[in-house]
This record gives sequence, structure tokens and C-alpha cells, in this order.
Amino acid sequence: MSKRLWIALALGVVSGGIGLFGLVDRFANGHIHANYGSGIPWALWVVFYIFFIGLSAGAFLISSLVYVFGVHRFERVGRLAVFTALICLVTALSFIWLDLGHMFRAYRTIISPNFRSPMAWMMWLYSAYFLILLGEGWFLMRRDFAAARTNGGLRGTILGVLALGTPAGGDEERRRDLRVVRILGTIGVPVAVAFHGGVGALFAVLASRPYWNTGLFPVMFLISALASGGALLTAITQLLFNRDGSLDEVVRELGRLVLLFLFVDIIMEIAEGLVSLYPSSPAHRVPFQEQMFGPYWWTFWILGLGMALLGPAILLFAKRRSPRWIGVVSLITVIGFVGVRWNIVLPGFANELIPGLRAAYVEPKLSAVYNPSAMEWLVAAGAIGAAFVLFVVGAWLFPLLPGGRAAAADKRAPRSDRSLEMVQEAE
Amino acid sequence: MKTLNLDVMAVMDRDLRRALTKPAEKRRWSMVIDLQRCIGCEACTVACKAENKTPPGVAYNVVIEGEVGTYPNVRRRFLPRPCMQCAKPPCVTVCPVSATYRRPDGVVVIDYEECIGCRYCLNACPYGARYFDSGEFYTEGTPRVEQYEQTVTRDVADELGREWRRVAGRESSPVGNARKCHYCLHRLENGALPACVVTCLGRARYFGDLSDPESLVAKLVADERVGRLKEELGTEPQTYYLF
Ligand code: SF4
Ligand code: SF4
Repeated sequence: MSKRLWIALALGVVSGGIGLFGLVDRFANGHIHANYGSGIPWALWVVFYIFFIGLSAGAFLISSLVYVFGVHRFERVGRLAVFTALICLVTALSFIWLDLGHMFRAYRTIISPNFRSPMAWMMWLYSAYFLILLGEGWFLMRRDFAAARTNGGLRGTILGVLALGTPAGGDEERRRDLRVVRILGTIGVPVAVAFHGGVGALFAVLASRPYWNTGLFPVMFLISALASGGALLTAITQLLFNRDGSLDEVVRELGRLVLLFLFVDIIMEIAEGLVSLYPSSPAHRVPFQEQMFGPYWWTFWILGLGMALLGPAILLFAKRRSPRWIGVVSLITVIGFVGVRWNIVLPGFANELIPGLRAAYVEPKLSAVYNPSAMEWLVAAGAIGAAFVLFVVGAWLFPLLPGGRAAAADKRAPRSDRSLEMVQEAE
Repeated sequence: MKTLNLDVMAVMDRDLRRALTKPAEKRRWSMVIDLQRCIGCEACTVACKAENKTPPGVAYNVVIEGEVGTYPNVRRRFLPRPCMQCAKPPCVTVCPVSATYRRPDGVVVIDYEECIGCRYCLNACPYGARYFDSGEFYTEGTPRVEQYEQTVTRDVADELGREWRRVAGRESSPVGNARKCHYCLHRLENGALPACVVTCLGRARYFGDLSDPESLVAKLVADERVGRLKEELGTEPQTYYLF
């Protein structure tokens, strides 16, 4: 394992370890130490939920460029994209699961759903998406799993089991697997578009909250998913895997893609801002002003505009030749997107539903002032730490970069370990 | 008319009794609040707290205060806000597990056994009438957590009339659930008017069966002062106001 992966693992273990305190509190005391509640029903964990679900959808849609649309430029990172999407999905779902008042009833959204509720659609789509990701990942790598079995060791043993009896096979078998991947990916694209657009709709259908109640929301969710998910994939590729410079060109291409999505995202933000700030209706103006000048102004200016949108757009353009810059800027973009997500959820509560409602009955949990509690931060740290650990374990275990480390390490099975792009080029 | 000579309380009692002789699905419970009569004393808020033993962070009924006009022509204005028991309730539409639904008699209730506590309905309600039970107790930190805060036997939020026990920090319904005003269903079904109605000092609240043309509420909603909150959202509240 590379030094960088070890660093990622260490970060994950520390963050996850600290987070355990929060998780213990969450399980022992429920929602007592949370600052969300009647006053601000959705807060930090919902922010992280839409953040991670966006990363997942974005990474997945980029993988579909390879497997569905045949864009060979991104071939090397196709598996990485699928795997990243899986980890982000699991992280997103754990956030929303911890947010539930009755965690152990979550399954009811599947067995007794109300299909008039966007939240019920989501749960069904996530389940389908989860299976698609598992299936895609497995069909992409199962021949490599089988080949790795011959290498022995812990890794070989685990992969051998995960191969579920698949023979190593040759080019013909790999090509057949790739067709299955294409079918799964083709189903996956509308699913990913539906669930992420759907998360936007989950907010947008609420006529009670004008800030969310806009037709632009589902589209904005999709675009910013592509931007943030693309940036995550770029950052991971460059910072964790591009040691020998063999991925330089991929990173440059990814950087260009991210720049494009950021550009569209910025246009949408401007459109939304102009319409909202125009002095017509306070229902739209007040939340927008709140995010710009309220107590969390910095999430808008520094995280959102500076780190996620405008800043990286400028840098990605100026430094478009340098993979190192692209990697670092992408990482900053991803972090900045937490601010963008914050400003999707929290300003929704800036308006009083009825003027005077908040002063009518004053109790801590009814307050409209929200600062995440220590427990909420700790749980977030725990979940994110767990995501890091899972990712590193996966990166160690799976042949995520075909033709790279896998081919070099598994010299004994050179034929079966030819990467997908080689197989496709042979086609 | 004869009814007008009777005390409104007696009229509403008679209306209620008449409604209870009908099958439940033929009733349509409705409330009318006369804003000219409300004196902002909050007796209804307190009565509701006591009746439903709602925990910290939950207040089925609140009275919104405001000022109209500029000095010296200023006037205080009070707007009591229970649940509107919308005929087209957005809170019901968004619930992912149909834990909350509108009964045939028009009352929107939550099945505590089904609710997963996602709080989607809290965000969907345009009137802020829904709350989240975080599991807190007013008597927490005192020598003992009082029994009445732990048992919610009389808060019959579902038709089955199940008995609920609130346990601190546990996901033991209704802790971890959405909660809301249900027009004191448990009282109605025992022939008593909602707690806020009987406690109202200004006699500003009226309650009855809207499907009964002889009832007081049916007559009041024909008044020219009548209106509903946020009519433009199409929620069709069954709580009316006389402005
Ligand atoms: S007032 Fe709110 S909680 Fe009550 S029925 Fe209407 S939408 Fe639902
Ligand atoms: S909090 Fe309960 S009642 Fe409200 S939408 Fe969620 S599951 Fe339904």
C-alpha cells in the first residue's frame, strides 16, 4: 500500500475513533443531544447526506461514460469511479439512517412505501442503485479476483472467495462480462439521474418552503453532483494513485470535465440568485440573503463560492496542464461543496412559516438558530472516518486500477489480467 | 333562533352529542376561531400542554402575537394556531410510510407505531403545526421524572387507542416520532370538547361537526368574516378563522 493510502487510513481511523463517542451518545441517548428538532427539522446530517449522495451519483455517472457511452479516455479510472460511488452511497445512507427518529423502522420505506412521497421513491431507487453498483463492480473485477486467487496471501484468499467460483477466463470471457457491465450501467444511468434529481425534488415539492420550491432544484442537484463527484474522483486519482505520472492525462481530462460542470453550476447559482434577490418576494429573498449575510455567511462565500465554485473554476482553467494542481484544487472543491450543501438545506428555514410563529412559543428545541451540537459533529466525524477506512481497505483489496498495479503485481497471470481497455481495444 | 339564546358552550355540547350519534365517517370535525374575541391569554396553549402532556419542543397549539398599525394607532393581534386539519394535507402526501393519514372524520393523525421519524412532514406543513419528540422531559434533572410525563395514555393519536410510554432517549414511541394536534380525539370520542375550546377565556373557539348544517360551526363558516390561512396553497384547512 502506498504512503498516501496509509495517510488516508490514519485519517480515517483517527476521525472514526473520535466519532465513536458521538455514535455511543446517539445510540444511548437518541436525539437528546442533537440541535435539530422541531425548530430546524433537517440539519447537519441531512447536509452530509445530500453531499455524499451527490458525490456518489457524480462518480457513478462518470463511470458510465466509460461503460455505457464508451468514452475510453476515462477507462483507467472506471473501476475506481464505481467503487467511489459505492462508498459514498453507503456513507450517505448511514447519515440519513442516523438521522431517523426510529432507525430500526427504516425498512418500512421499502416494504410499506407511500409512493406519493419522494422519500419513498428515493429508498427504492437507492436499493436498486446499490445492487447495480455491486453488480457492476463484481462483473468488472471478478476475473481479476479469480486470477488473484493463485497469488495466495490474505488478499488472494479474500478475492478468491469474492470470485464466487468464477474461472479466470480469457479475453472472450472478459468481453462478455463487459457486456453485462454495459447493461447494468445502462440501467444505472436513469436510476442515478432519477434518484439525484429526485433528492432535489424531495426538497422542491415542498410548497411550504419557497426557497426549496423551485423547478431548478432537481437540475441543480444533478449538475452539482457531477461537479462534486467528478472533483472527488479527480482528487482521488491524482492524490492517491497517480504516483508514477501514468495517470496524468486522465487527471487533465477529468479536470476539464469538472471545469465544465462547475461552469454550468455557476450559471445556475447566478440564475437562482438573481431571481431570488430581485426585490419582489421576501419568501425567496430572505433565505438567499440569509445564506449570504447570515451567521453562516462564510459557508456561502468561502466554502461555496471560494472553494467549491468560482475559485476552483479559475484555478482549474489557469492550471489545466498541471495534474498536481488539478488534484489539489479538486480536493478543495469537494470540501467546499459541503458549504454548497449546507446552503441548500439550512436557508430553507430562514422564513417564518407564519410571521411571529417563532416568538409565540420559545423553547430550545424550537429555536430557529441552529449550530450543530458536539454529538452531531462527532457522529459526522465517525461516519466520514468510516468511509475513509472502507475506501482504503477497498483500495488495498481490489484491483481498482487495471493495467497499473494489478498487472505489475500479478505477473504470473499476465493474460487474464489484461485491463479492460486493452480488451476493448482488441475488439 | 333558539340556539342563539343558549350559551355557546351548551350549544357546542349539544352539537357534539348529536354528531356522536352519527357513524364516525359521516362526521367532519372542524374548528372556528374568532380572532376578534381572542385576548391572547394563552389559556389554550397551557390547556393543551396539560391535556396532551406534550414534552419540551412540542406545542400542539400556540398563540402568535403581533402588532398592527403604527403609533399611536397600534393594536395587538392574536392568532391561535392549532393544526389546521387540512382536507388536502401536504404532511400526509410526503410521509414515506403512510404513518400519517387523514381520518374519515377529517382529523389528520399520526400512527406512532408506523412513523419512522424522518421529519419530512415537519417540513411539508405550511403552518408549522408538526413537532418532533426528541425524548426530553420537563422534570428531567429534578428529583424524579414525573409519571405523567412518561405515560401518554390520553393522547390517542391513532384510532386504536394504544397506550404509549415515553422513555428518555429511547426510540420508544412517541419519542422519535412526529407529533401534532389531533383536535383532542380522545376527548371527542368520550363526548368532551377539545381542551383548548373549553378553556378559552375569550370564548373565541368554536368546535363541531361541519357536515351538520344545524351545528354552530356550520353557521359560523357562513359568516362574511370567515377565512383560512394560506388558502393559496390549496391545503383546504378545516380550522377556520373569523377575521
Ligand atoms: S396544518 Fe400542517 S400538520 Fe395539520 S393537517 Fe395541515 S399540513 Fe398537516
Ligand atoms: S416523521 Fe413520521 S409521520 Fe412524518 S413523514 Fe416521517 S414517517 Fe411520516
